[in-house]
Amino acid sequence: MQWDFLLVQSLSGLASASSLFVIASGLTIVFGVTRIVNFAHGSFYMLGAYIAVTVVPWLLEIDRSPWLFFVGVLVSALAVGALGVLMEMLLLRRIYRVPELFQLLATFGVVLIVQDLVLLVWGPVDIPGPRAPGLRHGVVILDQRFPAYELFLIAVGPAVLGLLWLLMHRTRFGVLIRAATQDREMVGALGVNQAMLFTGTLFLGAALAGLGGALQIPRVSANSQMDLSIITEAFVVTVIGGMGSVPGAFIAALLIGQLQAFGVLIFPKITLVLVFLLMAVVLVIKPWGLLGKPEAAAGRVVLPEGILDPRPLDRAGKMLAALGLAAVLALPLLDAYAVKVGTEVLILALAAFSLNFLVGNGGIVSFGHAAYFGLGAYGAGLLVVKAGLPMEPALLAAPIAGGAFAALFGFFVVRLSGIYLAMLTLAFAQIAYAVVFQWVEVTGGDNGLVGVWPSRWAASREVYHYLVAAVTVAAIILLRRVIHAPFGATLRAARDSAQRADAIGVDVRTHRWLGFTLAGAAAGLAGGLYAFSKGSIDPTLLGIPMSVDFLSMLLLGGIQSVLGPVAGTAAFHAAKDFFMPLTDHWRLFLGLSIIAMVLVFPRGLAGAWDTLRRRRA
Amino acid sequence: MSRFALSRRALGAAALLPLARPAFAQNAPIRIGELNSYSRMAAFAVPYRNAMQQAQDAVNAAGGVMGGRRIEFVFRDDGSTPGDAVRVAEELLTRENVAFLAGTFLSNVGLAVADFANQRKRLFLATEPLTDALTMAQGNRYTWRLRPSTFMQTRMLVEAIRGRNVRRWAIVAPNYEYGQSAAANFKRLLPAAIPGAEIVAEQFPALGRVDAGATVGALGQARPDGIFNVLFGADLTAFVREGNTRGLFERRTVVSLLTGEPEYMIPLGEETPEGWIVTGYPWEQVTGMPTHQAFVDGYRARFNDTPRKGSLLGYVTVQVIANLLNKANTLDNEALVDALRDLRTDTVVGPVTMRGIDQQGTMGTWVGETTLRGRQGAMRNIRYADGADYMFSEEEVRAARRT
Amino acid sequence: MTLLSAEGLTKRFGGVLAAKDVSFGLEGGEMLAIIGPNGAGKSTTFNMVGGQLRPDAGRVTLAGQDITGMPPRAVCRMGVGRTFQVAQTFLSFSVIGNVQMALIAHHGQTRMLLPDAMAMHQDAALALLERVGMAAQADRPIGELAYGDVKRVELAIALAAAPRLLLMDEPTAGMAPAERSALMALVAGIARAERIGVLFTEHDMDAVFAHADRILVLVRGEIIARGTPEEVRADPEVQRVYLGHSGTRAAERARRAHG
Ligand SMILES: Nc1ncnc2c1ncn2[C@@H]1O[C@H](COP(=O)(O)OP(=O)(O)OP(=O)(O)O)[C@@H](O)[C@H]1O
Ligand SMILES: [Mg+2]
Repeated sequence: MQWDFLLVQSLSGLASASSLFVIASGLTIVFGVTRIVNFAHGSFYMLGAYIAVTVVPWLLEIDRSPWLFFVGVLVSALAVGALGVLMEMLLLRRIYRVPELFQLLATFGVVLIVQDLVLLVWGPVDIPGPRAPGLRHGVVILDQRFPAYELFLIAVGPAVLGLLWLLMHRTRFGVLIRAATQDREMVGALGVNQAMLFTGTLFLGAALAGLGGALQIPRVSANSQMDLSIITEAFVVTVIGGMGSVPGAFIAALLIGQLQAFGVLIFPKITLVLVFLLMAVVLVIKPWGLLGKPEAAAGRVVLPEGILDPRPLDRAGKMLAALGLAAVLALPLLDAYAVKVGTEVLILALAAFSLNFLVGNGGIVSFGHAAYFGLGAYGAGLLVVKAGLPMEPALLAAPIAGGAFAALFGFFVVRLSGIYLAMLTLAFAQIAYAVVFQWVEVTGGDNGLVGVWPSRWAASREVYHYLVAAVTVAAIILLRRVIHAPFGATLRAARDSAQRADAIGVDVRTHRWLGFTLAGAAAGLAGGLYAFSKGSIDPTLLGIPMSVDFLSMLLLGGIQSVLGPVAGTAAFHAAKDFFMPLTDHWRLFLGLSIIAMVLVFPRGLAGAWDTLRRRRA
Repeated sequence: MSRFALSRRALGAAALLPLARPAFAQNAPIRIGELNSYSRMAAFAVPYRNAMQQAQDAVNAAGGVMGGRRIEFVFRDDGSTPGDAVRVAEELLTRENVAFLAGTFLSNVGLAVADFANQRKRLFLATEPLTDALTMAQGNRYTWRLRPSTFMQTRMLVEAIRGRNVRRWAIVAPNYEYGQSAAANFKRLLPAAIPGAEIVAEQFPALGRVDAGATVGALGQARPDGIFNVLFGADLTAFVREGNTRGLFERRTVVSLLTGEPEYMIPLGEETPEGWIVTGYPWEQVTGMPTHQAFVDGYRARFNDTPRKGSLLGYVTVQVIANLLNKANTLDNEALVDALRDLRTDTVVGPVTMRGIDQQGTMGTWVGETTLRGRQGAMRNIRYADGADYMFSEEEVRAARRT
Repeated sequence: MTLLSAEGLTKRFGGVLAAKDVSFGLEGGEMLAIIGPNGAGKSTTFNMVGGQLRPDAGRVTLAGQDITGMPPRAVCRMGVGRTFQVAQTFLSFSVIGNVQMALIAHHGQTRMLLPDAMAMHQDAALALLERVGMAAQADRPIGELAYGDVKRVELAIALAAAPRLLLMDEPTAGMAPAERSALMALVAGIARAERIGVLFTEHDMDAVFAHADRILVLVRGEIIARGTPEEVRADPEVQRVYLGHSGTRAAERARRAHG
């Protein structure tokens, strides 16, 4: 391999890095100031591209000059910035006080809405953008031809970095952004108009995402899938760089750009894993990313979000639980499809419940819980398909598989805390996903494996439903018991004050690790049951959308309540099942429902139920 | 073109009508469940659904099937995941009382629904999933496929370069089953077509996130004489642009799967490369087929849009289904499956037979070269490759389906 | 044998030398106060003894056993209970729940999966609350208590581990003056009755001079004086650097009270 080729390859890496940085810088600034992990950042990127492919050709009709091209790009970025302002004023402003997880979920609702709006406005066909006039050609560098536009992109990254530096150090707005990033309370204390600061930040962040998208149009066509494909990479960059750190994001983007440019030469098949491996390694070694700082240990003590004081069910609660159980048992009287949906609700409820065991009870926010659900499904499915075992032993293997991987990943995860912990769970889930996706010989790759059906005695819908009901209800009762038991109480205690727990002799890390493993095993069991209800396994079971579904279910139910997530699952799944056949645009409705839910029931269904009863009493 | 497609169920629910409906009264329409990625893969699936409705109306206007019964497709989004799709399939069978199932886009969804159909002993006519597994290793009695598979289309392309003096080949394919199996098929078929040919580079970018610069650089570095491309959609556009600028395709033979299909050609626009050998659907240039012309004219008039590959597939699917129902004259699924065996249907692309041994249709596709016409891509030197000539050999089928 | 001995403890945070060569010893039943201005390194010293911080140099031994650099949980199991400058409790638990949790941890029962945690050790927890005068509030959520009461509960939590040594970082911060001396008297009583050594810091000089057996004066990380309350009060260096007028008055008041 000649060095001139290596040079050009690294230029390719720099061009990608530059684009990635522009996008990630916006994400990291927004996070620094608002502490919101903005899933919709990828949607802003996509909107930037769509607006640019609309505006730029129109401008170029007037005159094919390079200047008008860049005017078009900037106009698109500003337009997206305005959309960011809209989102801040209509949505975020109302939810700064709700728990972080709800904010995350609300921004995910925005993702769903934008996806469908883009389809409605621009149609489903990819739209190619024009090339930049004056930069259409290739430049010969050391005998290799390299696109002039990419040379330009390479310069954009440092330019944006420089401009952001000037903004941060030379303007009042920038100084406030930095102050807020370092210490939020301070800004409040200074009496700064927080609303203005946050609105401005969202404008800046969204405009950067829009700029990133608009700059891509000479390279890729605007398409409705670009939001989710960029957001994971942008997350990886911000996390590796240290959340809130713009220079960190720059370094991380450079690293990832080069990793990909040379990764394709050495490991052409596993570039996806490489990126997440890098993130996992960085987080294990530097828990706050390369240039990130640990969250200033909160001097004030606040009530944690999650299960507070689990009490035995009161009479109304008991009645409700009994009613739910009776409904589950009576479903087969309704119709065959209701049984099917009921079975799924039970399975997903167990998964959501196990997630709440971590999130609500342990304060361990996992963005990657689907990994254990999916690995449980694969554990069971592989035994059936590859080893020819019947359902019964395979179902036993499901929690073992889920638990074993949770133990493996959890070992590293519990070393971190807060958003970084969540990001590491995401990284591990993506690694598991990529391995399952790409290890075709064993897992069947993305096609998955079929033929995972229950044993003959449990083959009928009804019998399987009762089997699932028995297993999931037993598992949920057991987990609920653990929440009330010393182990669950210890996790809660460690969540309330890790320092105090340590000082009374609790090995916090080990307990969290065990808790993570237990939750993983329960999710794995749910995954096994799910595999047999579908007859097949495939990588979507481990994917991010599945993890997000679980989070939505438990947030909808209410993380403060022990049994809320069960109700949340039923409501969420029923809503999805209702909207899906109704219209192609079910994502839009799902997104709107999620946002409505966050705004109306910030404490979930269980919270609403509490309020209702208190009002009665 | 995007709109809120309200289903019957929705309207029914809105009007608070009772759910019960007479299931199989003598003159009740025959309901067929169609699930597809209408939301996630709308560029393909919506034209597909349009043409199905067009064909359904044509069949019904001509007197229906089975001696006067209308056919009625119940369309559902499959959620683009196997989990959702299996639930939707269940709903179609139990609540909507459909006679059997058709559709799906993604291979993993198709395979999961196929296995579900096998479990429930219901016919499933897979329309778009390309994976060979569907009719080979994981084939089952109830699952049939109409359109040419990955193998068949790869074979058509390899035939098109047979005997050329192009020895060093590079492969670029999206890193998932479709890309991998296309690459594997190509590697398998190439030596027989071009003796002494070798593969000098392989690139498998992640689906939907090709790093075009790095990929093009890596391919060019291997100095191939020919490139076999499996990328499509947004990945393809990015790859083509980067390759054009860097001169990757200059003086090289490029063979590319699906690139000639309007779904993927339209977004290429004026970047459409010259002289790639592709499979596709050059509907404007298909001549000498009156029924096809009628289909195209009808489609354009009704939907004010040009037909896509999906449209053609949707139309042919309905034609085969109508023929099947007439021949079987029953909704008993075992009888339907038996009737489908070697069923020959005259369709708008000519006769199509559902070969019994692997339950694969002989529908073909067009092979030709890409060219730029005005600011739009088009195909030239086209030829309809009849699927019957490119199928797996009977021994291969028997070996694969035995296990 | 000396219960606790610290030898040459040193800790640096970047450019700040928070503790420099801090050495002292403490016997069972003895009350040792560390005083000094804000930022003197008192909490840092506590944290090095309690295991929250690992010293850069120096040694901590408990009853002859080296505990330097051990994590807090291990230090706790060796018989060290502590309270924090900013009270650390389990906010989502009730008052008694906090103490029960500490008892569960003390008995090594934190991994039990089935019994109801809040039904365990109720009597023992109540008895501990009784000792610190908080039994009447047992069932209230701890978040509802006044800060002074939280500090008392924290003491009960620390006592749940049946400690040989108590580390109390500003135990009376946030309390009314009358409450303060009551609490310190309570602590002193417990310490003497059960031969528990108590290391504490205080900004309230009345409390310090009334209850400490010995006092260390820490300024900018260094011990500048040590001895009985009288000796420390009389030390001119201490008067100049730290106590000043108000400190002297407090010491005199204390002497009169003990008369
Ligand atoms: N984690 C830390 N990182 C950096 N510097 C620290 C840290 N903890 C303490 N310091 C610094 O070490 C010095 C001693 O702090 P320490 O908290 O021990 O003082 P203190 O005597 O307890 O003060 P106070 O009376 O205010 O509680 C101070 O200058 C403080 O800023
Ligand atoms: Mg202190």
